[in-house]
Amino acid sequence: MIAATSEAYGAICALEYRYARLLDDDRLEEWPNLFVERGVYKVIPRENLSRDPPLAIFFCDSRAMMQDRVRSLREANVYNLHYSRHVVSNIEVLSDRNGTFEVAACYTVYQTDLEGQTRLFGVGQYRDVIALADDELRFREKIAVCDTFNIPNLLAIPL
Amino acid sequence: MTSEAPAIARPTQDGSRVPFELFTRQDVFDREQETIFRGPVWNYVALEAEIPQPCDFKTSFVGDTPIIVSRAEDGSLHAFVNRCAHRGATVQRQACGNVRQHRCVYHQWAYNARGELVGVPYRRGVAGMGGYAADFDPKEHGLQKLRVASHKGVIFATFSPGTAPLEDYLDTPLIEAIDRLFSRPVKVLGHMRQRVRGNWKLYAENTRDPYHAALLHGFHATFGLYRTNQKRKGGADRARAHSTGVTYGDDWRQASMGNVEQDKVVAGYSLADPSLLEGRPDFNDGVTVQITSVFPGLVVQQIMNTLATRQIRPKAPDDFELYWTYFGYQDDDAEMTNTRLKQANLVGPAGLISMEDSEAIELIQRAIVRDGREDSFLEFGGLNADLDKDRTGEATIRAFWRYYAGLMGPSPIAAEP
Ligand code: FES
Ligand SMILES: [Fe+2]
Repeated sequence: MIAATSEAYGAICALEYRYARLLDDDRLEEWPNLFVERGVYKVIPRENLSRDPPLAIFFCDSRAMMQDRVRSLREANVYNLHYSRHVVSNIEVLSDRNGTFEVAACYTVYQTDLEGQTRLFGVGQYRDVIALADDELRFREKIAVCDTFNIPNLLAIPL
Repeated sequence: MTSEAPAIARPTQDGSRVPFELFTRQDVFDREQETIFRGPVWNYVALEAEIPQPCDFKTSFVGDTPIIVSRAEDGSLHAFVNRCAHRGATVQRQACGNVRQHRCVYHQWAYNARGELVGVPYRRGVAGMGGYAADFDPKEHGLQKLRVASHKGVIFATFSPGTAPLEDYLDTPLIEAIDRLFSRPVKVLGHMRQRVRGNWKLYAENTRDPYHAALLHGFHATFGLYRTNQKRKGGADRARAHSTGVTYGDDWRQASMGNVEQDKVVAGYSLADPSLLEGRPDFNDGVTVQITSVFPGLVVQQIMNTLATRQIRPKAPDDFELYWTYFGYQDDDAEMTNTRLKQANLVGPAGLISMEDSEAIELIQRAIVRDGREDSFLEFGGLNADLDKDRTGEATIRAFWRYYAGLMGPSPIAAEP
């Protein structure tokens, strides 16, 4: 059986790429809209996966909470000035249950400082649940599991 | 002929001026490893809750020395250097686990949960060749041991035979602070790590610096959760090496950290999802924040329902790891565990109220590369190190530097023959 139609796969890839581009274009305010209203976004250090439930370093369980995070980044937080570059690859649909897709992908995030110097910020895996909501594919859940769980300096922009 | 590095400058006696080269020089860093981390101090290394069962172990650090913290078959706690007594290889490669023997992969020397050598392959040789002399005594080839002491499940280790008993080292106010958080059995929820391109002492200063709290960290002010008139109270040990302080909030959600006049401008937003700050007090004392700094490299925190130890792991003059062990209580119900997991947003490398600290440290480290004889200026609140009079200024940092200078000696890096 073929898990997902190529049309669905194309739409899933488009969502993943759009996610990366919004973050890299500093369109943070649009980032929560890629999730359903009760969407979940977490960043979990790989070394915590053995625990149940695993401790996350970034934890949102509603779109409103993501909006709060963005407002905090804009208005309150001080973090390293940089451009980010999210590279999403190895996108694989693991299951399709009546239009609810379980998706795995890899991410690689680079940061470039204001002197134009780039460093690898981190790599890891996305574990996503994607479904149709309000006529668009959106994340019900996006878990970024960090291979690079020793975070260089700090994590401000979502992975 | 050897060329010697010039003797370095030292902090002024009152701790109000600190030459930047103390944050940059390799010889200072090396001296600190010997004089401080291997000196008469108790280094935090782990929580007992991380190694609850016999033969549980966890790898950790004292300064930059890798160690294994272990619980033996009889429940006793041990710590030893994670460096093979044969030829120096790392013995235990896992971060944690449960083993009866720590076996070095190189030549299979095996050590028990106390770090004693219990297995040497071909000790008698093979077919009359090789092997060790008849007087080879395994007892003399164990892993280098540290002394260990645990207070309420918080494990400390020291290299020095001269370190005062742990309870004397911590002293009453610190013990009371630790007791407050550790009187109920704890359960570890996970770890957070960040690698900071800065000197470890900049973080030690940061956690003793109420001046910056409301100025650098904008989260509370931005979301209308901050008031200047919160009551604060603090304490320290006799030697003024450590410090502890609490903040009382009349509103549970005002988990603020500072108390200075000049707030960041309050923008008047409110949280779209206030569930972040819901929760219920763990204690009935009205304390929303408790920060305890134990010399040299431990911070114990309660910020609302977030409970954590932070271990400063120095790696190089301009590099340290900050290792967070985040915990709750064994009798937490599912709701409280969820509260703690959600409030973890506040702290750690992505913390809404903590991410600024490592950035501030990197900003310093980057700017001081050349001007080692210039000073850091620490006169906010005067020149005293009187922590009772000054809970808002830099007195606690001055106290840190006085204690540091005392340990490092009159000339931190004397020209050595
Ligand atoms: S170095 Fe460990 S057994 Fe040889
Ligand atoms: Fe801070």
